[in-house]
Amino acid sequence: MAQGPIGVFVETDGRNRSEIALGVHDLNFYYGDHHALHDISLDFPARQVTAMIGPSGCGKSTLLRVFNRMYDLYPGQRATGEVMFDGKNILDKSIDLDILRSRVGMVFQKPTPFPMSIYDNILFGVKLHERLSRSEMDERVQDVLTRVALWNEVKDRLKAPATGLSGGQQQRLCIARSIATRPEVLLLDEPTSALDPISTARIEELLDELKEEFTIAIVTHNMQQAARCADRVAFFYMGRLIEVDQADRIFTNPRQKQTQDYITGRFG
Amino acid sequence: MTDVMMSRWQGDRRTVYRRLKSRCATVLSIVAGIILILTLLSILWMLLSKGLSGLSLSVFTKSMGPPGTHSGLGNAILGSILQTGLALLIAAPFGLLCGIYLSEYGGKDNRFASVVRFVADILMSVPSILVGLFIYQLLVAPFRHFSGFSGSVALAVLAVPVIIRTTEDMLRLVPVAMREAGAALGAAKWRVIMSLCLRSARQGVVTGILLALARMGGETAPLLFTSLGNQGWSWDLSKPMASLPIVIYQYAGASYEDWVQLAWTGALIVTAGVLMINIVVRISSRPQ
Amino acid sequence: MKIAPRTRSEKNILSLDSLFHSLLWLCAVLVLLVLGGLIILMAAGGKKAFATFGWGFFTHTSWNPVTDHYAVMAPLLGTVVSTVIAVAIAVPLAFGTAFWLTSIAPPRFASVAGMAVQLLAAVPSIIFGMWGFFTIVPFLANVVQPFLNHHVGHLWVIGPLLKGLPIGTGLVPAGLVLAVMIAPFITAVMVDVFKAVPSMLEESAYGLGATRWEVMSKVIVPWSRTGMIGAIVLGMGRALGETMAVTFVIGNVTSIGWSLFSPRSTVASLIALQFPESPEGSVRLSSLMALGFVLMVLSCLSLACARLLKGKRQ
Repeated sequence: MAQGPIGVFVETDGRNRSEIALGVHDLNFYYGDHHALHDISLDFPARQVTAMIGPSGCGKSTLLRVFNRMYDLYPGQRATGEVMFDGKNILDKSIDLDILRSRVGMVFQKPTPFPMSIYDNILFGVKLHERLSRSEMDERVQDVLTRVALWNEVKDRLKAPATGLSGGQQQRLCIARSIATRPEVLLLDEPTSALDPISTARIEELLDELKEEFTIAIVTHNMQQAARCADRVAFFYMGRLIEVDQADRIFTNPRQKQTQDYITGRFG
Repeated sequence: MTDVMMSRWQGDRRTVYRRLKSRCATVLSIVAGIILILTLLSILWMLLSKGLSGLSLSVFTKSMGPPGTHSGLGNAILGSILQTGLALLIAAPFGLLCGIYLSEYGGKDNRFASVVRFVADILMSVPSILVGLFIYQLLVAPFRHFSGFSGSVALAVLAVPVIIRTTEDMLRLVPVAMREAGAALGAAKWRVIMSLCLRSARQGVVTGILLALARMGGETAPLLFTSLGNQGWSWDLSKPMASLPIVIYQYAGASYEDWVQLAWTGALIVTAGVLMINIVVRISSRPQ
Repeated sequence: MKIAPRTRSEKNILSLDSLFHSLLWLCAVLVLLVLGGLIILMAAGGKKAFATFGWGFFTHTSWNPVTDHYAVMAPLLGTVVSTVIAVAIAVPLAFGTAFWLTSIAPPRFASVAGMAVQLLAAVPSIIFGMWGFFTIVPFLANVVQPFLNHHVGHLWVIGPLLKGLPIGTGLVPAGLVLAVMIAPFITAVMVDVFKAVPSMLEESAYGLGATRWEVMSKVIVPWSRTGMIGAIVLGMGRALGETMAVTFVIGNVTSIGWSLFSPRSTVASLIALQFPESPEGSVRLSSLMALGFVLMVLSCLSLACARLLKGKRQ
């Protein structure tokens, strides 16, 4: 093992020792003059689900968008500090954004099927980065669709436009599309906020299976959801990280008063 | 394992190629944008530099005249104002009423309204010279003389579809709740439309009328066969009447230098007027 | 006493309402009449020409005032070719500019430039004609055409296309002027259409590691195809019927030939230029009307095309 955070271990819950997939150190984020994130330091253990909660506008989505440098699309937005991923600081100018984004997948609040067939949607990212044979592509499509439990529903209409699927199906398709490029980290930005309870439940089940392979960072405004699917929960307030802990501990025995106020529903 | 992981940071040849392609597309599009914007700016610059040198008070006060007599464009400017003014008086009420009909009575199941809508769309894109020919056949040939009035009608035909479209679009933005509130107070439908809906859509409707005005101001082709042109001052809309675009058209190709100069000055005046209206519209409709 | 005024006013309102409705309906009917009149009067005006020349009006190639023989082919070809050239130049320019303004340029600059482009789309067409007449024509005559005649003129196939008397007027200058005229309009519409693409859709494409061009070509363009086609067809319609911008630079010669640099004519420019010389009641005037009718059909067809494409997509 060479240098880098691979091989650096942290105590998580006393039983497991785990690698850190994303290591955030002293991160500050600005929208123009607005200072949106203050000195965030937070580790994301590999192959665990870390949920970020907090009232809207607290910076949790902003943090998520740092991890694949999505903010780079918008002039005036900038980040300082350090986010270590696979031995490199991804805030570095020398980072190759296309490659970074192929290694860090993202799913949004609303399903975002591209205006093409289900099959082509899945392969959109794959085709950008890999050269596969026809059968390999078919295999990849079947593999990821099976994993998001969509295969049986769509296997007969892979060539149909993806926009014809229901909202829940579309969101699972988007997750499948993200994992098809075989990323290491999956970012989920309130992925169930536009979905009905049944679709939400299916996606939550899915997270449980996906975390065996991927490091998952999920932003949610739904505390039950965080309690159900997350291993670790980070609470943000006014652009600051207030508290981060094991999910069961933060909901039963928060150390900070603000956290307690939030989870008991006193604000937010 | 580290080697494998580290190598994931490096792109293969394919990545390099994709990036190159994106670079090329970016550069090409910037080049296209610069070409287009520079060309358009050069047109404006040419207009300014050639037009300004001939701009003086006498351009506005003197009428057209033979070459070499220090003539002006006064009668053409007056003619343009009279004709577009009259055209607006014809087109605005007519277009407004049509727009109201389409938005208030022309629901999805109204076949007649959808035909009218389609026809208004066609009228919007009819080549303006054909409108000139049409009005020539309708108002010039039967009476055997050209007239400023027929020019106004031709311009009005061009303006009406623009006003219809914007009026309908703007009225559709008025919330149903406002209509219902009006009706709940016992107001008749016509009263709700005229005093509530139209009032709340006022700004958009005025915008449409102004845009139609700007479109008419620069039109040349429909006037060729209707108001023809006139060398001297004239207030009489039943006689042939001069207009700026026609004078520009006639003078630009002339072999007298002072006429060409007047054409440039006229072009500058027309463009400035049209752009001014557009700028006013854009600034006033911004806060929405 | 209490009831009487109410019933009266109710009646009053009802009749006013139906009066209002009828007035609006009348205006709507008038719109139909305008288009109907346009088509009928144009056809009626052209009747004499159709009667005199029969099908020959469409198949013959000459437009000859001396022998009083007229046919639509020469100007029609001019209209079609100049429009094709204009669209071929304008679409890449407009697409590039729209791509630049929506996904590359800094937003503040883009909004100013976008505003300028929208304004320039409103510049009267005669201004573009003058610009063509005073810059494009001399430039082609003095620089481009001598070069082409000398170096390319003898080549196979493209030689005849690019050769011509160095006068500077013809289909290429017409196409160029039309392109510059319709490009701001197409750009403005494309910018609007591209901006309407949900940013989340764009971000998810970037999120998969797509480059800027891949996002544009694989996500934004397919998503906004309908609007883009609409913009192009509307721009094409403008080019088809444009009179003033073309009249200055087309050369007004009613001949047919391979050269794109020789004086030609288009339907609209021919109508504008020959109308004053055509006496009332002559076959010539009737032929011009018939030309107008053909142009009307052409512009209706292009609009119908736009409609059809739009309908199919939705």
